Amino acid sequence: MPQQRTKRIKTTITVNGETQEVEIEVPDIEAAWGDPANMRWLGKRIPRVDGADKVTGRAKYTYDIQLPGMLYAKILRSPYPHARIRSIDASEAEKLPGVKAVITDLTREVNYVGEEVAAVAAVSEEIARDALKRIKVDYEPLPFVVDPETAREPSAPRVTQQGNVRGGNPQERGDVDSALSRSDVVVHEATYSVPPRSHCCLEPHGLVCQWQGDKLIAWASTQGIFSVRDELAGALGIPQGNVRVICEHMGGGFGSKFGAGVEGVLCARLAKMANAPVKLMLEREEEQLASGYGPGVTAKVKIAATRDGQLIAWDSETHGTGGLWGSASVPLPYIYPVANVRTRHFDISTNIGASAALRAPGHPQASFIMESAMDDLAHKLGIDPLEFRLKNDPNRVRQAEYRLGAERIGWQRRNRVAGEGRGTVRRGLGMASAVWGGGGGAGSRPTVRIAPDGSVEVRLGTQDLGTGTRTYVAAIVAEELGLDVKQVKALIGDTDYGYSGASGGSTTAASVAPAVKMAAMGAKERLLAAVSQRLQANPANIVLADGKVIARNGVERSLTWKQACALLGKEGIEVQGEWNPNLQGSGVAGCQFAEVEVDTETGKVRVVKIVAVQDCGLVINQLAVESQVYGGVIQGLAMALHEQRLYDEQTGRMLNPNLEEYKLPGSLDMPEIDVVLYDNPTGRVSGVGEPPVIPTAAAIGNAVFNAIGKRVHSLPITPAKVLEALGKV
Amino acid sequence: MRAFVYHQPKTVAEAVRLLAQRDTLAIAGGQDLLGAMKDGLLEPAHLVNLKSLPGMREIRETGSGLQIGVLVTLTEIAEHPVIRRDYTCLAEAAEAVATPQIRNVGTIGGNLCQRPRCWYFRDPHVNCLKKGGDQCYAVRGDNRYHAIISPGPCYIVHPSDCAPALLALGASVTIAGARGTRNVALRNFFQMPDKNLRGENVLQPGEVITQITVPKPKAGTRSVYVKVREKDSFDWALVSAAVVLQVSGGVCRAASVVLGGVAPVPYESAEAGKALVGKAVNQQTAAAAGKAATTNATPLEMNGYKVPMLEAVVKRAVLAAAGLTG
Repeated sequence: MPQQRTKRIKTTITVNGETQEVEIEVPDIEAAWGDPANMRWLGKRIPRVDGADKVTGRAKYTYDIQLPGMLYAKILRSPYPHARIRSIDASEAEKLPGVKAVITDLTREVNYVGEEVAAVAAVSEEIARDALKRIKVDYEPLPFVVDPETAREPSAPRVTQQGNVRGGNPQERGDVDSALSRSDVVVHEATYSVPPRSHCCLEPHGLVCQWQGDKLIAWASTQGIFSVRDELAGALGIPQGNVRVICEHMGGGFGSKFGAGVEGVLCARLAKMANAPVKLMLEREEEQLASGYGPGVTAKVKIAATRDGQLIAWDSETHGTGGLWGSASVPLPYIYPVANVRTRHFDISTNIGASAALRAPGHPQASFIMESAMDDLAHKLGIDPLEFRLKNDPNRVRQAEYRLGAERIGWQRRNRVAGEGRGTVRRGLGMASAVWGGGGGAGSRPTVRIAPDGSVEVRLGTQDLGTGTRTYVAAIVAEELGLDVKQVKALIGDTDYGYSGASGGSTTAASVAPAVKMAAMGAKERLLAAVSQRLQANPANIVLADGKVIARNGVERSLTWKQACALLGKEGIEVQGEWNPNLQGSGVAGCQFAEVEVDTETGKVRVVKIVAVQDCGLVINQLAVESQVYGGVIQGLAMALHEQRLYDEQTGRMLNPNLEEYKLPGSLDMPEIDVVLYDNPTGRVSGVGEPPVIPTAAAIGNAVFNAIGKRVHSLPITPAKVLEALGKV
Repeated sequence: MRAFVYHQPKTVAEAVRLLAQRDTLAIAGGQDLLGAMKDGLLEPAHLVNLKSLPGMREIRETGSGLQIGVLVTLTEIAEHPVIRRDYTCLAEAAEAVATPQIRNVGTIGGNLCQRPRCWYFRDPHVNCLKKGGDQCYAVRGDNRYHAIISPGPCYIVHPSDCAPALLALGASVTIAGARGTRNVALRNFFQMPDKNLRGENVLQPGEVITQITVPKPKAGTRSVYVKVREKDSFDWALVSAAVVLQVSGGVCRAASVVLGGVAPVPYESAEAGKALVGKAVNQQTAAAAGKAATTNATPLEMNGYKVPMLEAVVKRAVLAAAGLTG
């Protein structure tokens, strides 16, 4: 093959909410998705290709993997928030019949409740659990702190040698103090906060590890099979090529499943020691204690605008905790441009374990802080909150979305003055906005194969974390080759296939789809070349449609798909694709409108309706995009009204490491959700996984304010807080 | 979970004999017990399966009221036409429990005897007062879901939805034990922590409830159960109230107001009842009953919100029982 021409381009990549500009080399090929109106699959509602497998239980998740002679592993975890381990005696555990391997060399100091201390593999889960009870650990409890407010006090125990407070350097542009003291300016000052929240993946973290000589196969519930491979290889000191990671189906990650984790390395080690396959899946309590969480943040804010509603100054001091070393920083001011800005952020070290990326890291928190402050300021200015956004948001897509959303929710029905309604149960409307990158990056190496018998396969080492990746990988190839989606077998979730990146930052679609499209285009080109002689037509005059290969060259000649593929020779076609930046876009915009009812006697908030207006560039699968938006809204509603990780300051233990007092809403708590996909004619694919979770909580908070005229300054908005805001407690 | 021996008795006598062994617990629906065992909170050596006992899963109407077998499921109670019509608060309470799946399996007996959900009590690594430790962690800790009415020294709330309803309806339980059976009015069944710190009721080791008897309500009686929770799918009561009113000639002749979510027992508010008897039920008297229900409330640091909530819940339940709306 001739050397491909390449060019260098600048692009932005967003990983876990951090957007950065990079220069990369890409193939110089003209490519475009084309007009959605002419497409058979793309942009339509494509049912999941693995949907039936999932609902019938045929789909095999990591949890379902059963291997002959497989052992079960359990992890002993610290009951203390901070302790030195004087000694570990596992002799009684090792003596227990059925115990095949024990690990006790993990650490000499534990820094949170739930930190790994030892691990056991045994012939049954029950024996493994019993064995844990026989491991004698001599702990020397040490001073601890779990609350960031307490940790900031000078008298608090120091949880790291560097102290408990990090950061705090002011970032400033413009002249904030002058802007705040101008006579034509209205200033609003308040403190808003968001608590730490858990990921609550339906399928817990975990792996099944099997060694074959010096090679390791790991089935993992992960959003990055290659990142798990690399972590395992590094931790075990073996070549990356000796590790194969498989994740055919997985039950959610939300940012918490990029690596192998401590449990992954333990699973592989135990399997090696026991010379048998080992399954290690975390339990719900372990999920809550030791698989990460999205950090909480508290923001002391000053926001100012001129009397006619032009934002002019922002001054915020924020702090939060992501455990010993994690960061709880949030992008402020959010969305709306402000000329004079000062921000200061402190990260507080505490004994609550390490945070992890959680769906749009930092953004839902920033949205709640910014949008609450925007609404409060609009109220003070006597300006309609939507007018205030229209005036201060230069984004043209959102300008259009605001109008669309306002119409769908019936914005004119809102209380003109917050809290002006009467009666025990009061209605209110609120809104908030979202921004996200959603662009992709180079690196995916899909292969499209057309066999001489007509079967078509596309292989790529990406993974479907529930977003529908497998379905669009098949659909893009089907579209290009004029086939039914069912005729294309999409093989993903295996590091034996071509490389693809981890699924995070809403980057998967914009990274994978262009590469798959390029591979399919390449395969099509080869197919057309192979059939052009038989059809006596120039490839440019041959189309692939409805399972046929049709030449329109004056007279119409056609071959069935099978006939055409029979001309390929024994080797068939195999084409690898590379990412093409012309097929992807970055920068998605959204906004949401909420309608709520607030019971002013019980304090209970009921969300009646959410209108979610979302742009994501070219829609590949409308059904999957709508599902993403539903999921985002549901998770955002949970954040608004229910979710919070609670720690006890007396014991340093999590109070709600379960799904009982860690509250997730159920079907009875769901509002009507009206998803409006904003038709953005960019013709390029962007990601939509994260953006729809961003503005929901803020929109609900603003709707509560509109209903009762009182602000609940911290999430979740519980009955207790509403009654307090109403002055009833 | 510790390994245990599973027993399947065929008669109550046999069950009672088995239950008299050390380290033995009864299991019916298992919805509370299995969770407690998996969390390491309870570690019985023997489980006695009550579901193998005959004749205990029936709801019988008698001339004087209802006899409910202890194994009747919450779904069966919620859907029973006579309970829905004449003992409405009980059907509403059963329907407010947990989830359809749990209600399909969980029994009325288990619902009455379930252990508290206090997060300090449920944490196997916290040795609280109720488990033999030396302090109630809720006093200085996170007590947002704890009792606002308690003599101390423990501040759990009783988790049952059906208990307030049955108590308000004047129900009693039949208890079988090694020394025979006894009848105990529900009013005397539940115990405050100053009387019984380790348990929540008068059941002795080896005793089980076999039947619940509910007297037939007098003519003109209506009842309602109102429960406020943070989420509607699967949540415990922040505050609940069962209200049974007998009204004739526009005047309340008898009233029973029993509160859930606010005390270590289903708490009968004599003050709220008194505020209604002999009066016409209207917005004013209902509000007065709500106010009266909070008479003995002394909230902890984080649960003050339960006081106004209780006032509202009782007012609403009274109005609803009288066929009025708030």
